[in-house]
Amino acid sequence: MELLVSAAANSPRSRWLLAHAAVVFGFLYLPIAVLILYSFNGQGVGGFPPRNLTLDWYRMLFADGAIWDSVFNSLQVAFAAMAISLMFGVPAALALDRAQFPGKALFRRLVLLPLILPGIITGLSLLMLFNLASLKLSLLTITLGHGTALISVATTEVFAGLQKLDRAQEEASLDLGANYWQTFWRVTVPNLKLSIIGAALLIFTLSMDEIAVSFFLIGRNNTLPLEIWGRLRRGITPEINAVSTIIFVFSLVTIVFWYRLRVRSEGGADLGAELLETSEEA
Amino acid sequence: MFSRAYKTAVTVPPLAWVAVFLLVPYLLMFCYSFWAVSPAQTIVHAWNFANYEELLQKPVYWQTLLRSMWIAARVMLFSLLLGYPLAYFLSFYAGKRKDLLYQMVIIPLWVSYLVRAYAWKTILGADGVLNTSLQYAHLISHPLDFLLYSPFAVVLTLTHIYTPFAFLPIYAALEHIPRNLVEASHDLGATPAQTFWKVIFPLSIPGVLAGATFAFVLSLGDFLAPLLLGGPSGIMISNIVVSLFGAAYNWPLGAAISLAMLVLVVSLLYFSERLEKKWSFS
Repeated sequence: MELLVSAAANSPRSRWLLAHAAVVFGFLYLPIAVLILYSFNGQGVGGFPPRNLTLDWYRMLFADGAIWDSVFNSLQVAFAAMAISLMFGVPAALALDRAQFPGKALFRRLVLLPLILPGIITGLSLLMLFNLASLKLSLLTITLGHGTALISVATTEVFAGLQKLDRAQEEASLDLGANYWQTFWRVTVPNLKLSIIGAALLIFTLSMDEIAVSFFLIGRNNTLPLEIWGRLRRGITPEINAVSTIIFVFSLVTIVFWYRLRVRSEGGADLGAELLETSEEA
Repeated sequence: MFSRAYKTAVTVPPLAWVAVFLLVPYLLMFCYSFWAVSPAQTIVHAWNFANYEELLQKPVYWQTLLRSMWIAARVMLFSLLLGYPLAYFLSFYAGKRKDLLYQMVIIPLWVSYLVRAYAWKTILGADGVLNTSLQYAHLISHPLDFLLYSPFAVVLTLTHIYTPFAFLPIYAALEHIPRNLVEASHDLGATPAQTFWKVIFPLSIPGVLAGATFAFVLSLGDFLAPLLLGGPSGIMISNIVVSLFGAAYNWPLGAAISLAMLVLVVSLLYFSERLEKKWSFS
Protein backbone atom coordinates (compact mmCIF):
# COMPACT_ATOMS: atom_id res chain seq x y z
CA MET A 1 0.00 0.00 0.00
CA GLU A 2 2.82 2.41 0.84
CA LEU A 3 4.30 1.70 -2.57
CA LEU A 4 0.97 2.32 -4.21
CA VAL A 5 0.58 5.64 -2.44
CA SER A 6 4.05 6.91 -3.21
CA ALA A 7 3.75 5.77 -6.81
CA ALA A 8 0.43 7.56 -7.02
CA ALA A 9 1.72 10.65 -5.26
CA ASN A 10 3.56 11.85 -8.35
CA SER A 11 0.88 11.05 -10.90
CA PRO A 12 -0.85 13.85 -12.80
CA ARG A 13 -4.01 12.68 -11.04
CA SER A 14 -2.61 13.55 -7.64
CA ARG A 15 -1.37 16.92 -8.89
CA TRP A 16 -4.87 17.76 -10.10
CA LEU A 17 -6.32 16.72 -6.77
CA LEU A 18 -3.74 18.79 -4.93
CA ALA A 19 -4.56 21.84 -7.06
CA HIS A 20 -8.27 21.31 -6.45
CA ALA A 21 -7.69 20.98 -2.72
CA ALA A 22 -5.71 24.24 -2.75
CA VAL A 23 -8.59 26.00 -4.53
CA VAL A 24 -11.16 24.66 -2.05
CA PHE A 25 -9.07 25.71 0.93
CA GLY A 26 -8.66 29.13 -0.67
CA PHE A 27 -12.43 29.38 -1.06
CA LEU A 28 -13.05 28.26 2.54
CA TYR A 29 -10.53 30.65 4.05
CA LEU A 30 -10.94 33.72 1.83
CA PRO A 31 -13.91 35.21 3.77
CA ILE A 32 -12.22 34.48 7.09
CA ALA A 33 -9.02 36.17 5.97
CA VAL A 34 -10.96 39.18 4.66
CA LEU A 35 -12.92 39.36 7.90
CA ILE A 36 -9.81 39.44 10.07
CA LEU A 37 -7.81 41.73 7.76
CA TYR A 38 -10.51 44.38 7.59
CA SER A 39 -10.99 44.42 11.35
CA PHE A 40 -7.69 46.33 11.35
CA ASN A 41 -8.53 48.60 8.41
CA GLY A 42 -8.80 52.28 9.23
CA GLN A 43 -10.90 52.97 6.13
CA GLY A 44 -13.66 50.64 7.24
CA VAL A 45 -14.89 47.49 5.52
CA GLY A 46 -14.18 47.12 1.81
CA GLY A 47 -11.81 49.14 -0.29
CA PHE A 48 -8.66 47.59 -1.69
CA PRO A 49 -5.87 47.67 -0.70
CA PRO A 50 -6.51 47.98 3.03
CA ARG A 51 -4.74 51.02 4.46
CA ASN A 52 -4.19 52.85 7.76
CA LEU A 53 -4.02 49.73 9.88
CA THR A 54 -5.49 50.50 13.28
CA LEU A 55 -6.83 49.00 16.50
CA ASP A 56 -9.57 51.64 16.71
CA TRP A 57 -12.35 49.19 15.93
CA TYR A 58 -11.24 46.99 18.80
CA ARG A 59 -11.13 50.01 21.09
CA MET A 60 -14.61 50.99 20.00
CA LEU A 61 -15.77 47.42 20.55
CA PHE A 62 -14.46 47.29 24.11
CA ALA A 63 -16.36 50.48 24.92
CA ASP A 64 -19.58 49.15 23.36
CA GLY A 65 -21.91 48.20 26.21
CA ALA A 66 -24.66 46.68 24.05
CA ILE A 67 -22.29 44.11 22.51
CA TRP A 68 -20.95 43.00 25.88
CA ASP A 69 -24.47 42.73 27.29
CA SER A 70 -25.35 40.45 24.40
CA VAL A 71 -22.17 38.40 24.94
CA PHE A 72 -23.16 37.98 28.58
CA ASN A 73 -26.71 36.97 27.55
CA SER A 74 -25.31 34.44 25.08
CA LEU A 75 -23.04 32.96 27.73
CA GLN A 76 -25.97 32.56 30.12
CA VAL A 77 -28.07 30.91 27.43
CA ALA A 78 -25.23 28.63 26.33
CA PHE A 79 -24.49 27.38 29.86
CA ALA A 80 -28.15 26.81 30.68
CA ALA A 81 -28.79 25.12 27.32
CA MET A 82 -25.78 22.91 27.92
CA ALA A 83 -27.21 21.86 31.31
CA ILE A 84 -30.64 21.06 29.82
CA SER A 85 -29.22 19.14 26.84
CA LEU A 86 -26.96 17.03 29.03
CA MET A 87 -29.60 16.47 31.70
CA PHE A 88 -31.95 14.95 29.13
CA GLY A 89 -29.55 13.91 26.39
CA VAL A 90 -27.40 11.60 28.53
CA PRO A 91 -30.37 9.59 29.91
CA ALA A 92 -31.82 9.55 26.38
CA ALA A 93 -28.62 7.89 25.12
CA LEU A 94 -28.78 5.37 27.99
CA ALA A 95 -32.44 4.69 27.20
CA LEU A 96 -31.70 4.14 23.50
CA ASP A 97 -28.81 1.84 24.39
CA ARG A 98 -30.40 -0.19 27.17
CA ALA A 99 -34.15 0.04 27.39
CA GLN A 100 -36.97 -1.19 25.19
CA PHE A 101 -40.06 0.96 25.18
CA PRO A 102 -42.96 1.63 22.84
CA GLY A 103 -42.22 4.40 20.36
CA LYS A 104 -38.45 3.96 20.65
CA ALA A 105 -37.86 4.35 16.90
CA LEU A 106 -40.03 7.48 16.79
CA PHE A 107 -38.25 8.87 19.83
CA ARG A 108 -34.83 8.38 18.24
CA ARG A 109 -35.91 10.16 15.07
CA LEU A 110 -37.64 12.96 16.95
CA VAL A 111 -34.58 13.70 19.11
CA LEU A 112 -32.33 13.96 16.05
CA LEU A 113 -34.77 15.98 13.97
CA PRO A 114 -33.73 19.50 15.10
CA LEU A 115 -30.18 18.77 13.95
CA ILE A 116 -31.27 18.07 10.38
CA LEU A 117 -34.40 20.20 10.04
CA PRO A 118 -34.03 23.82 8.94
CA GLY A 119 -33.93 25.89 12.15
CA ILE A 120 -36.94 27.94 11.10
CA ILE A 121 -39.30 24.97 11.54
CA THR A 122 -38.08 24.18 15.05
CA GLY A 123 -38.07 27.87 15.95
CA LEU A 124 -41.58 28.54 14.72
CA SER A 125 -43.14 25.45 16.24
CA LEU A 126 -41.63 26.39 19.63
CA LEU A 127 -42.94 29.93 19.16
CA MET A 128 -46.43 28.43 18.77
CA LEU A 129 -45.98 26.39 21.95
CA PHE A 130 -44.85 29.39 24.02
CA ASN A 131 -47.63 31.46 22.55
CA LEU A 132 -50.16 28.80 23.57
CA ALA A 133 -48.66 28.66 27.06
CA SER A 134 -48.71 32.49 27.22
CA LEU A 135 -45.02 32.43 28.04
CA LYS A 136 -43.42 35.79 27.33
CA LEU A 137 -40.47 35.63 24.93
CA SER A 138 -37.18 36.16 26.74
CA LEU A 139 -33.78 34.60 27.22
CA LEU A 140 -35.65 31.76 28.95
CA THR A 141 -37.56 30.81 25.80
CA ILE A 142 -34.31 30.90 23.80
CA THR A 143 -32.66 28.69 26.41
CA LEU A 144 -35.51 26.18 26.24
CA GLY A 145 -35.22 26.19 22.45
CA HIS A 146 -31.46 25.66 22.40
CA GLY A 147 -31.60 23.12 25.22
CA THR A 148 -34.21 21.08 23.34
CA ALA A 149 -32.66 21.32 19.88
CA LEU A 150 -29.20 20.37 21.17
CA ILE A 151 -30.31 17.27 23.11
CA SER A 152 -29.59 15.64 19.75
CA VAL A 153 -25.88 16.47 20.09
CA ALA A 154 -25.61 15.11 23.64
CA THR A 155 -27.50 11.96 22.68
CA THR A 156 -25.42 11.17 19.57
CA GLU A 157 -22.09 11.82 21.31
CA VAL A 158 -22.93 9.82 24.44
CA PHE A 159 -24.59 7.03 22.45
CA ALA A 160 -21.37 6.68 20.42
CA GLY A 161 -19.43 6.55 23.71
CA LEU A 162 -21.75 3.87 25.11
CA GLN A 163 -21.08 1.62 22.12
CA LYS A 164 -17.46 1.40 23.23
CA LEU A 165 -18.21 1.02 26.93
CA ASP A 166 -17.50 -2.32 28.54
CA ARG A 167 -20.64 -3.25 30.43
CA ALA A 168 -18.74 -5.75 32.59
CA GLN A 169 -17.53 -2.87 34.75
CA GLU A 170 -21.03 -1.73 35.52
CA GLU A 171 -22.06 -5.32 36.13
CA ALA A 172 -19.17 -5.80 38.56
CA SER A 173 -20.12 -2.61 40.38
CA LEU A 174 -23.71 -3.79 40.77
CA ASP A 175 -22.63 -7.29 41.83
CA LEU A 176 -20.36 -5.83 44.48
CA GLY A 177 -23.30 -4.09 46.08
CA ALA A 178 -23.30 -0.59 44.65
CA ASN A 179 -26.75 0.67 43.77
CA TYR A 180 -27.68 2.04 40.33
CA TRP A 181 -27.17 5.66 41.40
CA GLN A 182 -23.65 4.94 42.70
CA THR A 183 -22.83 2.83 39.65
CA PHE A 184 -24.00 5.63 37.34
CA TRP A 185 -21.85 8.30 38.98
CA ARG A 186 -18.81 6.17 39.79
CA VAL A 187 -18.58 3.86 36.78
CA THR A 188 -20.78 4.97 33.88
CA VAL A 189 -20.09 8.70 33.95
CA PRO A 190 -16.28 8.46 34.42
CA ASN A 191 -16.16 6.07 31.46
CA LEU A 192 -18.19 8.46 29.34
CA LYS A 193 -16.23 11.48 30.50
CA LEU A 194 -14.79 12.34 27.10
CA SER A 195 -18.06 11.93 25.22
CA ILE A 196 -19.77 14.16 27.77
CA ILE A 197 -17.10 16.87 27.69
CA GLY A 198 -17.03 16.73 23.89
CA ALA A 199 -20.82 17.05 23.76
CA ALA A 200 -20.75 19.91 26.27
CA LEU A 201 -18.20 21.88 24.24
CA LEU A 202 -20.07 21.27 21.01
CA ILE A 203 -23.41 22.29 22.55
CA PHE A 204 -21.84 25.39 24.05
CA THR A 205 -20.32 26.52 20.75
CA LEU A 206 -23.44 25.71 18.72
CA SER A 207 -25.61 27.62 21.17
CA MET A 208 -23.31 30.66 21.13
CA ASP A 209 -23.63 30.74 17.33
CA GLU A 210 -27.30 29.76 16.98
CA ILE A 211 -29.54 32.22 15.18
CA ALA A 212 -32.31 30.49 13.19
CA VAL A 213 -34.19 29.23 16.27
CA SER A 214 -33.32 32.26 18.44
CA PHE A 215 -34.61 34.57 15.71
CA PHE A 216 -38.20 33.60 16.56
CA LEU A 217 -37.87 33.23 20.33
CA ILE A 218 -36.11 36.48 21.13
CA GLY A 219 -37.55 38.82 23.75
CA ARG A 220 -36.13 42.19 24.68
CA ASN A 221 -32.58 40.98 25.39
CA ASN A 222 -30.42 40.05 22.41
CA THR A 223 -27.98 37.19 22.18
CA LEU A 224 -24.72 38.02 20.42
CA PRO A 225 -25.67 36.66 16.97
CA LEU A 226 -28.96 38.58 17.10
CA GLU A 227 -27.18 41.75 18.20
CA ILE A 228 -24.85 41.34 15.22
CA TRP A 229 -27.83 40.65 12.98
CA GLY A 230 -29.56 43.83 14.17
CA ARG A 231 -26.48 45.89 13.36
CA LEU A 232 -26.03 44.31 9.94
CA ARG A 233 -29.53 45.39 9.06
CA ARG A 234 -28.51 48.99 9.81
CA GLY A 235 -25.23 48.88 7.90
CA ILE A 236 -21.74 47.47 7.85
CA THR A 237 -19.26 48.40 10.57
CA PRO A 238 -15.75 47.01 11.18
CA GLU A 239 -16.72 46.55 14.82
CA ILE A 240 -18.48 43.41 13.62
CA ASN A 241 -15.23 42.24 12.05
CA ALA A 242 -13.48 42.89 15.34
CA VAL A 243 -15.97 40.99 17.50
CA SER A 244 -16.05 38.11 14.98
CA THR A 245 -12.26 37.91 14.98
CA ILE A 246 -12.21 37.67 18.77
CA ILE A 247 -14.85 34.92 18.76
CA PHE A 248 -12.97 33.06 16.03
CA VAL A 249 -9.81 33.06 18.11
CA PHE A 250 -11.76 31.79 21.13
CA SER A 251 -13.34 29.00 19.07
CA LEU A 252 -9.95 28.06 17.72
CA VAL A 253 -8.61 27.68 21.26
CA THR A 254 -11.63 25.55 22.15
CA ILE A 255 -11.11 23.29 19.13
CA VAL A 256 -7.45 22.79 19.87
CA PHE A 257 -8.34 21.94 23.47
CA TRP A 258 -11.04 19.51 22.38
CA TYR A 259 -8.86 17.94 19.72
CA ARG A 260 -6.02 17.35 22.18
CA LEU A 261 -8.45 15.76 24.60
CA ARG A 262 -9.71 13.43 21.88
CA VAL A 263 -6.29 12.53 20.56
CA ARG A 264 -5.26 11.60 24.09
CA SER A 265 -8.24 9.27 24.31
CA GLU A 266 -7.20 7.77 20.96
CA GLY A 267 -10.01 9.32 19.02
CA GLY A 268 -13.66 9.27 19.96
CA ALA A 269 -16.34 9.21 17.31
CA ASP A 270 -15.46 11.72 14.63
CA LEU A 271 -17.90 14.34 13.45
CA GLY A 272 -18.07 13.00 9.90
CA ALA A 273 -18.95 9.49 10.99
CA GLU A 274 -21.56 10.97 13.28
CA LEU A 275 -23.16 13.02 10.54
CA LEU A 276 -23.22 9.90 8.41
CA GLU A 277 -24.89 7.95 11.19
CA THR A 278 -27.26 10.76 12.03
CA SER A 279 -28.59 10.87 8.52
CA GLU A 280 -28.91 7.10 8.47
CA GLU A 281 -30.83 7.03 11.70
CA ALA A 282 -33.16 9.92 11.02
CA MET B 1 -28.80 -6.53 33.97
CA PHE B 2 -30.55 -3.17 34.27
CA SER B 3 -33.58 -3.14 36.50
CA ARG B 4 -36.98 -1.90 35.51
CA ALA B 5 -36.55 1.14 37.78
CA TYR B 6 -33.28 2.05 36.06
CA LYS B 7 -34.84 1.82 32.64
CA THR B 8 -37.78 3.94 33.73
CA ALA B 9 -35.47 6.52 35.28
CA VAL B 10 -33.47 6.97 32.08
CA THR B 11 -36.44 6.75 29.73
CA VAL B 12 -39.24 8.82 31.21
CA PRO B 13 -37.60 12.25 31.72
CA PRO B 14 -36.15 12.60 28.20
CA LEU B 15 -39.30 11.13 26.71
CA ALA B 16 -41.46 13.64 28.57
CA TRP B 17 -39.22 16.59 27.68
CA VAL B 18 -39.06 15.67 24.01
CA ALA B 19 -42.83 15.13 23.93
CA VAL B 20 -43.52 18.59 25.39
CA PHE B 21 -40.86 20.59 23.56
CA LEU B 22 -40.64 18.79 20.21
CA LEU B 23 -43.63 16.57 19.53
CA VAL B 24 -46.30 18.99 20.80
CA PRO B 25 -44.82 21.99 18.93
CA TYR B 26 -44.65 20.06 15.65
CA LEU B 27 -48.24 18.87 16.16
CA LEU B 28 -49.27 22.41 17.00
CA MET B 29 -47.82 23.56 13.71
CA PHE B 30 -49.88 20.87 12.02
CA CYS B 31 -53.06 22.14 13.73
CA TYR B 32 -52.31 25.78 12.95
CA SER B 33 -52.03 24.98 9.26
CA PHE B 34 -55.76 24.12 9.24
CA TRP B 35 -56.86 27.23 11.15
CA ALA B 36 -57.59 30.75 9.90
CA VAL B 37 -57.12 34.42 10.74
CA SER B 38 -60.25 36.47 11.36
CA PRO B 39 -60.57 40.04 9.99
CA ALA B 40 -59.97 41.20 13.58
CA GLN B 41 -56.52 39.56 13.41
CA THR B 42 -57.25 36.72 15.79
CA ILE B 43 -56.65 33.04 15.16
CA VAL B 44 -59.90 31.16 14.54
CA HIS B 45 -59.98 27.41 15.10
CA ALA B 46 -62.12 26.82 12.02
CA TRP B 47 -60.71 23.61 10.57
CA ASN B 48 -60.36 23.77 6.80
CA PHE B 49 -57.97 23.34 3.88
CA ALA B 50 -58.04 27.00 2.79
CA ASN B 51 -54.35 27.58 3.55
CA TYR B 52 -53.28 24.63 1.46
CA GLU B 53 -55.56 25.74 -1.38
CA GLU B 54 -54.01 29.19 -1.28
CA LEU B 55 -50.57 27.60 -1.31
CA LEU B 56 -51.39 25.72 -4.50
CA GLN B 57 -53.32 28.49 -6.22
CA LYS B 58 -51.12 31.52 -5.68
CA PRO B 59 -48.10 31.20 -7.98
CA VAL B 60 -45.89 33.27 -5.65
CA TYR B 61 -45.80 30.45 -3.09
CA TRP B 62 -45.00 27.47 -5.23
CA GLN B 63 -42.77 29.49 -7.52
CA THR B 64 -40.71 30.63 -4.54
CA LEU B 65 -40.62 27.06 -3.28
CA LEU B 66 -39.34 25.90 -6.67
CA ARG B 67 -36.75 28.67 -6.71
CA SER B 68 -35.61 27.67 -3.23
CA MET B 69 -35.27 24.06 -4.37
CA TRP B 70 -33.29 25.21 -7.41
CA ILE B 71 -30.97 27.27 -5.19
CA ALA B 72 -30.62 24.33 -2.79
CA ALA B 73 -29.92 21.95 -5.69
CA ARG B 74 -27.12 24.19 -6.96
CA VAL B 75 -25.66 24.48 -3.45
CA MET B 76 -25.78 20.69 -3.16
CA LEU B 77 -24.09 20.18 -6.53
CA PHE B 78 -21.31 22.71 -5.91
CA SER B 79 -20.71 21.43 -2.37
CA LEU B 80 -20.27 17.91 -3.76
CA LEU B 81 -18.02 19.10 -6.58
CA LEU B 82 -15.83 20.91 -4.08
CA GLY B 83 -16.15 18.41 -1.22
CA TYR B 84 -15.76 15.04 -2.93
CA PRO B 85 -12.36 15.52 -4.63
CA LEU B 86 -11.12 17.18 -1.44
CA ALA B 87 -12.23 14.21 0.67
CA TYR B 88 -10.72 11.80 -1.86
CA PHE B 89 -7.44 13.70 -1.84
CA LEU B 90 -7.29 13.73 1.96
CA SER B 91 -8.20 10.10 2.34
CA PHE B 92 -5.93 8.63 -0.35
CA TYR B 93 -3.16 11.09 -1.14
CA ALA B 94 -2.52 13.36 1.83
CA GLY B 95 -0.33 10.90 3.77
CA LYS B 96 0.91 12.28 7.06
CA ARG B 97 -0.72 15.69 6.61
CA LYS B 98 -4.17 14.06 6.63
CA ASP B 99 -5.14 14.94 10.21
CA LEU B 100 -3.99 18.52 9.92
CA LEU B 101 -5.85 19.05 6.63
CA TYR B 102 -8.96 17.43 8.12
CA GLN B 103 -8.89 19.93 10.98
CA MET B 104 -8.44 22.70 8.45
CA VAL B 105 -11.70 21.72 6.75
CA ILE B 106 -13.50 21.75 10.10
CA ILE B 107 -12.18 25.10 11.36
CA PRO B 108 -14.34 27.32 9.10
CA LEU B 109 -17.38 25.57 10.60
CA TRP B 110 -16.54 27.27 13.88
CA VAL B 111 -16.80 30.72 12.43
CA SER B 112 -20.35 31.84 12.98
CA TYR B 113 -22.66 31.16 10.07
CA LEU B 114 -23.90 34.75 10.23
CA VAL B 115 -20.39 36.14 10.24
CA ARG B 116 -19.41 34.15 7.16
CA ALA B 117 -22.48 35.40 5.29
CA TYR B 118 -21.55 38.92 6.39
CA ALA B 119 -17.96 38.41 5.19
CA TRP B 120 -19.23 37.49 1.72
CA LYS B 121 -21.34 40.62 1.75
CA THR B 122 -18.24 42.73 2.38
CA ILE B 123 -16.47 40.89 -0.44
CA LEU B 124 -19.21 41.08 -3.07
CA GLY B 125 -20.63 44.56 -2.50
CA ALA B 126 -20.37 47.42 -5.02
CA ASP B 127 -17.51 48.96 -3.02
CA GLY B 128 -16.60 45.60 -1.55
CA VAL B 129 -13.25 43.89 -1.53
CA LEU B 130 -13.65 42.11 -4.87
CA ASN B 131 -14.80 45.13 -6.88
CA THR B 132 -12.21 47.48 -5.42
CA SER B 133 -9.42 44.92 -6.00
CA LEU B 134 -10.45 44.51 -9.62
CA GLN B 135 -10.58 48.28 -10.05
CA TYR B 136 -7.21 48.60 -8.34
CA ALA B 137 -5.79 46.12 -10.85
CA HIS B 138 -7.52 48.07 -13.67
CA LEU B 139 -9.39 44.97 -14.78
CA ILE B 140 -12.73 46.76 -14.58
CA SER B 141 -13.58 50.45 -14.59
CA HIS B 142 -17.01 50.29 -12.95
CA PRO B 143 -17.99 48.06 -10.05
CA LEU B 144 -19.79 44.86 -11.04
CA ASP B 145 -23.18 45.28 -9.41
CA PHE B 146 -24.63 41.86 -10.20
CA LEU B 147 -22.44 40.18 -7.59
CA LEU B 148 -24.39 41.11 -4.47
CA TYR B 149 -28.17 40.98 -4.01
CA SER B 150 -28.67 38.08 -6.40
CA PRO B 151 -29.32 34.34 -6.26
CA PHE B 152 -25.65 34.00 -7.23
CA ALA B 153 -24.56 35.58 -3.93
CA VAL B 154 -26.89 33.25 -2.01
CA VAL B 155 -25.65 30.13 -3.80
CA LEU B 156 -22.01 31.16 -3.32
CA THR B 157 -22.46 31.85 0.40
CA LEU B 158 -24.46 28.71 1.10
CA THR B 159 -21.93 26.63 -0.87
CA HIS B 160 -19.22 28.12 1.32
CA ILE B 161 -21.18 27.19 4.43
CA TYR B 162 -22.22 23.66 3.43
CA THR B 163 -19.09 22.40 1.63
CA PRO B 164 -17.59 21.17 4.94
CA PHE B 165 -20.93 19.47 5.72
CA ALA B 166 -20.80 17.67 2.37
CA PHE B 167 -17.14 16.84 2.87
CA LEU B 168 -17.46 15.22 6.32
CA PRO B 169 -19.67 12.20 5.58
CA ILE B 170 -17.90 11.61 2.24
CA TYR B 171 -14.55 11.60 4.00
CA ALA B 172 -15.90 9.25 6.68
CA ALA B 173 -17.19 6.87 3.98
CA LEU B 174 -13.87 6.94 2.09
CA GLU B 175 -11.95 6.29 5.31
CA HIS B 176 -14.07 3.21 5.96
CA ILE B 177 -13.14 1.59 2.65
CA PRO B 178 -10.81 -1.31 3.43
CA ARG B 179 -7.51 -0.45 1.76
CA ASN B 180 -6.90 -4.06 0.75
CA LEU B 181 -9.85 -3.78 -1.67
CA VAL B 182 -8.06 -0.94 -3.43
CA GLU B 183 -4.84 -2.92 -3.38
CA ALA B 184 -6.56 -6.01 -4.77
CA SER B 185 -8.07 -4.00 -7.61
CA HIS B 186 -4.65 -2.59 -8.39
CA ASP B 187 -2.95 -6.01 -8.24
CA LEU B 188 -5.55 -7.50 -10.54
CA GLY B 189 -4.56 -5.02 -13.19
CA ALA B 190 -7.17 -2.27 -12.95
CA THR B 191 -6.02 1.22 -13.90
CA PRO B 192 -6.33 3.93 -11.23
CA ALA B 193 -9.41 5.27 -13.03
CA GLN B 194 -11.03 1.83 -13.10
CA THR B 195 -10.22 1.33 -9.42
CA PHE B 196 -11.82 4.65 -8.62
CA TRP B 197 -15.03 4.16 -10.59
CA LYS B 198 -15.53 0.44 -9.88
CA VAL B 199 -14.32 0.16 -6.29
CA ILE B 200 -13.89 3.45 -4.47
CA PHE B 201 -16.77 5.53 -5.80
CA PRO B 202 -19.53 2.91 -5.36
CA LEU B 203 -18.37 2.33 -1.78
CA SER B 204 -18.50 6.05 -1.04
CA ILE B 205 -22.06 6.54 -2.26
CA PRO B 206 -23.64 6.44 1.23
CA GLY B 207 -21.36 9.33 2.22
CA VAL B 208 -22.23 11.25 -0.94
CA LEU B 209 -25.95 10.78 -0.24
CA ALA B 210 -25.58 11.94 3.37
CA GLY B 211 -23.54 14.99 2.32
CA ALA B 212 -25.93 15.85 -0.49
CA THR B 213 -28.93 15.57 1.82
CA PHE B 214 -27.37 17.86 4.42
CA ALA B 215 -26.41 20.51 1.87
CA PHE B 216 -29.82 20.43 0.18
CA VAL B 217 -32.03 20.31 3.25
CA LEU B 218 -30.17 22.91 5.28
CA SER B 219 -29.92 25.40 2.44
CA LEU B 220 -33.55 24.85 1.43
CA GLY B 221 -34.80 26.28 4.72
CA ASP B 222 -32.34 29.13 4.98
CA PHE B 223 -33.69 32.65 5.37
CA LEU B 224 -30.75 34.69 6.68
CA ALA B 225 -28.43 34.46 3.67
CA PRO B 226 -31.25 35.53 1.30
CA LEU B 227 -32.15 38.46 3.59
CA LEU B 228 -28.54 39.56 3.80
CA LEU B 229 -27.32 38.87 0.26
CA GLY B 230 -30.24 37.78 -1.90
CA GLY B 231 -32.01 40.97 -2.85
CA PRO B 232 -35.54 40.76 -4.30
CA SER B 233 -34.59 38.05 -6.83
CA GLY B 234 -32.98 35.87 -4.18
CA ILE B 235 -36.00 35.55 -1.87
CA MET B 236 -36.50 31.99 -0.63
CA ILE B 237 -39.51 30.18 0.78
CA SER B 238 -38.48 30.69 4.42
CA ASN B 239 -38.42 34.46 3.87
CA ILE B 240 -42.11 34.28 2.98
CA VAL B 241 -42.76 32.25 6.13
CA VAL B 242 -40.86 34.82 8.22
CA SER B 243 -42.99 37.65 6.86
CA LEU B 244 -46.20 35.67 7.40
CA PHE B 245 -45.22 35.20 11.04
CA GLY B 246 -44.19 38.85 11.33
CA ALA B 247 -45.67 41.88 9.63
CA ALA B 248 -48.14 40.00 7.42
CA TYR B 249 -49.56 38.24 10.50
CA ASN B 250 -50.93 35.07 8.98
CA TRP B 251 -49.63 32.28 11.20
CA PRO B 252 -51.93 29.63 9.76
CA LEU B 253 -50.71 30.17 6.19
CA GLY B 254 -47.12 30.36 7.46
CA ALA B 255 -47.69 27.07 9.31
CA ALA B 256 -49.05 25.44 6.14
CA ILE B 257 -45.95 26.47 4.17
CA SER B 258 -43.65 25.31 6.99
CA LEU B 259 -45.47 22.01 7.08
CA ALA B 260 -45.11 21.59 3.33
CA MET B 261 -41.39 22.19 3.82
CA LEU B 262 -41.28 19.72 6.72
CA VAL B 263 -42.96 17.01 4.62
CA LEU B 264 -40.57 17.67 1.74
CA VAL B 265 -37.53 17.51 4.02
CA VAL B 266 -38.63 14.41 5.93
CA SER B 267 -39.44 12.53 2.72
CA LEU B 268 -36.04 13.49 1.29
CA LEU B 269 -34.37 12.19 4.44
CA TYR B 270 -36.40 8.99 4.17
CA PHE B 271 -35.44 8.34 0.55
CA SER B 272 -31.82 9.20 1.13
CA GLU B 273 -31.77 6.78 4.05
CA ARG B 274 -33.31 4.03 1.89
CA LEU B 275 -30.72 4.66 -0.83
CA GLU B 276 -27.86 4.74 1.66
CA LYS B 277 -28.94 1.34 3.03
CA LYS B 278 -29.09 -0.04 -0.48
CA TRP B 279 -25.60 1.15 -1.28
CA SER B 280 -23.85 0.30 1.97
CA PHE B 281 -21.94 -2.94 1.65
CA SER B 282 -21.71 -3.94 5.29
